[in-house]
Amino acid sequence: MPVLDITLKDNALIMIHSLFLINNAGDLFLEKHWKSVISRSVCDYFFEAREKAVEPDNVPPVIRTPHHYLINIYREKIFFVSVIQTEVPPLFVIEFLHRVAETFQDYFGECSESTIKDNVVIVYELLEEMLDNGFPLATESNILKELIRPPTILRSMVNTITGSSNVGETLPTGQLSTIPWRRAGVKYTNNEAYFDVVEEIDAILDKSGTTVFAEIQGVIDACVKLSGMPDLTLSFMNPRLLDDVSFHPCVRYKRWESERVISFVPPDGNFQLMSYHISAQNLVAIPVYVKQNISFFETGSSGRLDITVGPKQTMGKTVEGLVVTVHMPKVVLSANLNATQGTYNYDPVTKILVWDIGKLNPQKLPNLKGSLSLQSGAPKPEENPSLNIDLKIQQLAISGLKVNRLDMYGEKYKPFKGVKYVTKAGKFQVRT
Amino acid sequence: VSAAPSAFSDEKGGSASEPEYGHDPASGGIFSSDYKRHDDLKEMLDSNKDSLKLEAMKRIVAMIARGKNASDLFPAVVKNVACKNIEVKKLVYVYLVRYAEEQQDLALLSISTFQRGLKDPNQLIRASALRVLSSIRVTIIVPIMMLAIKEAASDMSPYVRKTAAHAIPKLHSLDPEQKDQLIEVIEKLLADKTTLVAGSVVMAFEEVCPDRIDLIHKNYRKLCNLLIDVEEWGQVVIINMLTRYARTQFLNPNINESLLEENSEKAFYASDDEEEEDKKAEPATLAKRKPYVMDPDHRLLLRNTKPLLQSRNAAVVMAVAQLYFHLAPKAEVGIIAKALVRLMRSHSEVQYVVLQNVATMSIKRRGMFEPYLKSFYIRSTDPTQIKVLKLEVLTNLANETNISTILREFQTYIKSMDKDFVAASIQAIGRCATNIGEVRDTCLNGLVQLLSNRDELVVAESVVVIKKLLQMQPEQHSDIIKHMAKLIDNIQVPMARASILWLIGEYCEHVPKIAPDVLRKMAKSFTNEEDIVKLQIINLAAKLYLTNSKQSKLLTQYVLNLAKYDQNYDIRDRARFIRQLIVPTDKSGALSKYAKKLFLALKPAPVLESPFKDRDHFQLGSLSHLLNAKAAGYQELPNWPESAPDPSVRNVEVKDSVCAERTVLTGPEEVPTRVKCSSRKDRKEKKVEKPFYSDSEGESGPTESADSGNCESDSGSGSASASGSDESGSGSESEESGEETESDEEEEDEEEEKKKRKKLDKTKAKKQAEESAERCTIHTIHQISCIINFDQFDMNKITSVFSQTLAPSGSIKMYELLHRIKGEGLAVEYCFSRQPFSPEPNMVAVQIQFTNNTNSETKNLHIEDPRLQSGMRIREFAEIDVLAAGESVTVVMGIDFCDSTQAANFQLCTHTRKFFVSIQPPVGELMTPAFLTENDFKKEQGKLMGMNEILEKLTLGEKCVNEHVIVERVTATANLSRVPCGSDKECRFAGKTVSSGCLVLVTVTTKEGGGAQLTVNCEKMLIGTMLVKDILQALSQ
Repeated sequence: MPVLDITLKDNALIMIHSLFLINNAGDLFLEKHWKSVISRSVCDYFFEAREKAVEPDNVPPVIRTPHHYLINIYREKIFFVSVIQTEVPPLFVIEFLHRVAETFQDYFGECSESTIKDNVVIVYELLEEMLDNGFPLATESNILKELIRPPTILRSMVNTITGSSNVGETLPTGQLSTIPWRRAGVKYTNNEAYFDVVEEIDAILDKSGTTVFAEIQGVIDACVKLSGMPDLTLSFMNPRLLDDVSFHPCVRYKRWESERVISFVPPDGNFQLMSYHISAQNLVAIPVYVKQNISFFETGSSGRLDITVGPKQTMGKTVEGLVVTVHMPKVVLSANLNATQGTYNYDPVTKILVWDIGKLNPQKLPNLKGSLSLQSGAPKPEENPSLNIDLKIQQLAISGLKVNRLDMYGEKYKPFKGVKYVTKAGKFQVRT
Repeated sequence: VSAAPSAFSDEKGGSASEPEYGHDPASGGIFSSDYKRHDDLKEMLDSNKDSLKLEAMKRIVAMIARGKNASDLFPAVVKNVACKNIEVKKLVYVYLVRYAEEQQDLALLSISTFQRGLKDPNQLIRASALRVLSSIRVTIIVPIMMLAIKEAASDMSPYVRKTAAHAIPKLHSLDPEQKDQLIEVIEKLLADKTTLVAGSVVMAFEEVCPDRIDLIHKNYRKLCNLLIDVEEWGQVVIINMLTRYARTQFLNPNINESLLEENSEKAFYASDDEEEEDKKAEPATLAKRKPYVMDPDHRLLLRNTKPLLQSRNAAVVMAVAQLYFHLAPKAEVGIIAKALVRLMRSHSEVQYVVLQNVATMSIKRRGMFEPYLKSFYIRSTDPTQIKVLKLEVLTNLANETNISTILREFQTYIKSMDKDFVAASIQAIGRCATNIGEVRDTCLNGLVQLLSNRDELVVAESVVVIKKLLQMQPEQHSDIIKHMAKLIDNIQVPMARASILWLIGEYCEHVPKIAPDVLRKMAKSFTNEEDIVKLQIINLAAKLYLTNSKQSKLLTQYVLNLAKYDQNYDIRDRARFIRQLIVPTDKSGALSKYAKKLFLALKPAPVLESPFKDRDHFQLGSLSHLLNAKAAGYQELPNWPESAPDPSVRNVEVKDSVCAERTVLTGPEEVPTRVKCSSRKDRKEKKVEKPFYSDSEGESGPTESADSGNCESDSGSGSASASGSDESGSGSESEESGEETESDEEEEDEEEEKKKRKKLDKTKAKKQAEESAERCTIHTIHQISCIINFDQFDMNKITSVFSQTLAPSGSIKMYELLHRIKGEGLAVEYCFSRQPFSPEPNMVAVQIQFTNNTNSETKNLHIEDPRLQSGMRIREFAEIDVLAAGESVTVVMGIDFCDSTQAANFQLCTHTRKFFVSIQPPVGELMTPAFLTENDFKKEQGKLMGMNEILEKLTLGEKCVNEHVIVERVTATANLSRVPCGSDKECRFAGKTVSSGCLVLVTVTTKEGGGAQLTVNCEKMLIGTMLVKDILQALSQ
């Protein structure tokens, strides 16, 4: 094939050669090449793997073809398939593709096929800036936004009328300064800095309710709108809790190591300041308990289900947004249940039972009870399905982490400051 | 050829459903095959309204994005390359880069626009012009690209230099012949001290010349120190490269442990007669075992990468993890486990890659991940590939203490709905059972229970695993074999049936009653079995025939007869072969006597190994490691060297230019204090300018210089160690080098500039007032010159000034001004530093070095009574108050030679004596490089014909074998710069005389057989003639 001959002769050790975006139905709706064009027929290998995997999650991230390697990620129902020709750290590519998806999200509010198609020119300009000859160039949102302005409803209306552009008229300076993540000359009338401490509990509980495994994944999201070049220092009441952290590049590692404070010049706008991981099990409180009994009868093609949820270690706060999700065995045809609180829904196609409880009332525990009907003649399922729990607790970081204070240096004005805490269930699973 | 892919993609795209872009009302029919539609786009592009052009370009880019062919629009689009509207321009660039390769002739039309852009005063426009120019894959512009890259590599803007680094691999892939020149550019950029450039140039290095490890030596410490401030993607590339570097330069930190192991083994096995040999060997081993001391540079790398384990970027964390795994002492590797476990919380693709690497690591360093065992527990919602990998890790981590917990986990996995995962879990149990003897029976019992599972796949997998386990101790388990024999009636999975049959055959003596019965059943169903089952039936028959021929003779005959007519030739073959072997006939050979031994030999139990075993010979984190196969372009991780290569190669030598700008160099014992104080001062300055780097640099600075000071103490020369420690701490980087100054200059805001100017004024005043007392350092002069330039000239001028500063200065020749004996102990040497003399641009800078070889101080060194030709001028250096015994000092003076080679005579005075000296310049030093394009060169040459042109034929010297040498010789002779040229037979150089600025153009045309022609064009004929003479001499040597 002549096409392949070209690419073989072209022996440049380029990192990312081409990118294809493919939707869940297998339509290739965008392609971008950073060097010579690679025929989209290379995606046939991807489609083959996609077919074999059944579930989109199960597509192997790295696929080998005779002349190329395909590294792909699956995000927001879109496959980002990149074509690689030579050795490159796979994580490098994967991380970059996620960064691309995040940039789209940042620009268009969501990263979906329709928004990408609607903004195809901006998408193309972004891809052009983010990668030069297959090597990442500008990936910081602050810089990109100076090069290419994100669309707003008003602006796109004005643009269609006047034909003006999204491209920044002034050229960015951030890339040229010593702090590549912040643009110069930021000005606000209201100077404010907000921090959200969000913790997710990952846990596996066994049948009897004992904790098999539990840990907390925390992040601190920041929304900083401060004029000039503020230099911030965030300190905690109990920094000893944090023994495994990762930071936005703006954070000074050395000061964290020596003083346990987070010292940084923030990017402008929203960003994730840090994430942390608390794995010591005795520190992880489990906010709810689940009493469940799911059984299938040998005869009569039916089963019973009985689930009760109750508060455990809630630190005196209310548990909200409680949802129980059950992946039923394939033979379960329908469910005839009765919920004392909230609503339930069983989807016979995906075999997923969702019980949306809402707020947990400790006085009157929610219960879901009833019968399941199975495909007649099929043998009774071997195993019981596990339950996935979703919940939310406002005003609480379950690890007990507390922000002590935020100080600002380098600027004269007084900013508004705020910290919010919230705890959620992450991958919270109860085995049955 | 080039049309093929697009035509193909058209076809493909056409067949797919055609979603439209919602908000684009005009796009409706564009994608139809009606190509006349493009006419309206052409019209829009030809209009003079930017809005129409923009709309057209947007639609065209949308077509490209969907893989549609828009190449027929090329002429219409390329016209707009010079469009004023910045967005139209941008989209035109996008289009050009995509189609230039297919439409090379038309693409050339756009080149001049980019060439103009390269000269733009705005650095961003320069950078983007270079970016697009280098992305146009048209071979004919290679020379233009080369020139552009070279120029950009010495641009004052670090952003443009970064772009130059990016352009290097592009040019290399377009024309690999340029490699040598590109390596020169890489070498230059590697010396760059800005974080912005570091990542990109290392990337270029990795792509163009990854084996030129020697280029890294001098930059190693700088790269280590800059690392934390480099952007994320650059960090990954640098860390991977430094891993390879360290493997070639340092010793294995775990060497003693491995030697220790070897030793103890030896002692254990050593027999008496070997003892004597041992004794001899011992001293050698002991010598080898001298305590391992880690090279401070090795330590520097480990220390500076460690904080990056906290990066938010998974690729960076992985890069550091692999660095530690491959380079750190065993005791320190553990710290990476926590970071890797943290990554497991990330996207599933990240998890997948991390788990692959953890699986490999957990085999070698099990203890590292044991505390995180539970993080590898499997959730029912994990994708299958993640589950299987976690299982792998759990199996690798299993040991006597945690096996019970792990087995309990495995029990829950077996009940999963995901059958592939269940099969993998059963195999994992099997592996745990073989590896850990204590739990073998427990596992076996568990697996036997699974035999009654309702799912056939589960049973089948269990049978296969049980078969392997039973092979280890069959005699104790005849009841399990019996149980399995019963299963043959129900189980249909071929692999499982085959396994059962093999087991019964192999251990038929343990189940003498059942075996013949199984064979009877199998004979009945033989024709309906799968091939692997048939083969095992034949095996079973043969084994039974040998052990129990009475009962099974006829059955065996029957089976063999069936097999004889089987469709599969393997089975026919096997039947024939077995019949010959076991059924005694008169013809049967000697082998049949041993048939029983052959068939029923004790077979070794299978070893259940991890598929990740020994995968660590691939560099972890690499694509090759993930695929377990070498990917194209993979750089092998070298083995540790037996003995460490010379560590002093990483010491940074004094460069001439640096030396010229350095203040008084005192004796070695004083160096440390001096360096410290100067660097502290610099750091303070830096803090004002760049507060954001202060923490990392400020803290690493002092420790670093202490470190490198240690390792360099043996290098002796005071000047070398001084600059070495200066270089190694990025925090203490002074502004002495031209590059730093320029970037700082740029970042400075006005206020600071004012401050500086004030300072400068003060210095000036002071200088005038106390000229005799003031010891003005060249450092300040240089700094002043920069500011003056900045104020007076436009950006381009500065660029050229700085590119001169950056010109190679390695070949500078020293001349003697005053001999040590004649000067009564005072030795004076001078050289033409080829630096611009900042206070007066039309003077030649002469660098003078005084060395006091006496035992007493020399005072008041200065110049008196210059006797010059008319028009010539001298700018003296400031008086040197004291030159202590044994010390040296370097100063710079300026001389305006009026473009003549007449000597400048003057008196050199000390407090006691006067010496008559003279400086006579070689003609080549009377000029400075001029940067011309090929076209400019031709134009200028055209103006300097006739009298102004001197032609000379010559025979090239033996060593002038290639262009490179010629360039080197010519530039050594005269201070000229190279002008790009399309032909490889020709080398062109250009320069200007320092005083009057007359152009000097030199062309060397090589011919077959060592002949060459030299052409010099210069208005000043005298200079031309002398230059011809000098170059002739240089080339014919």
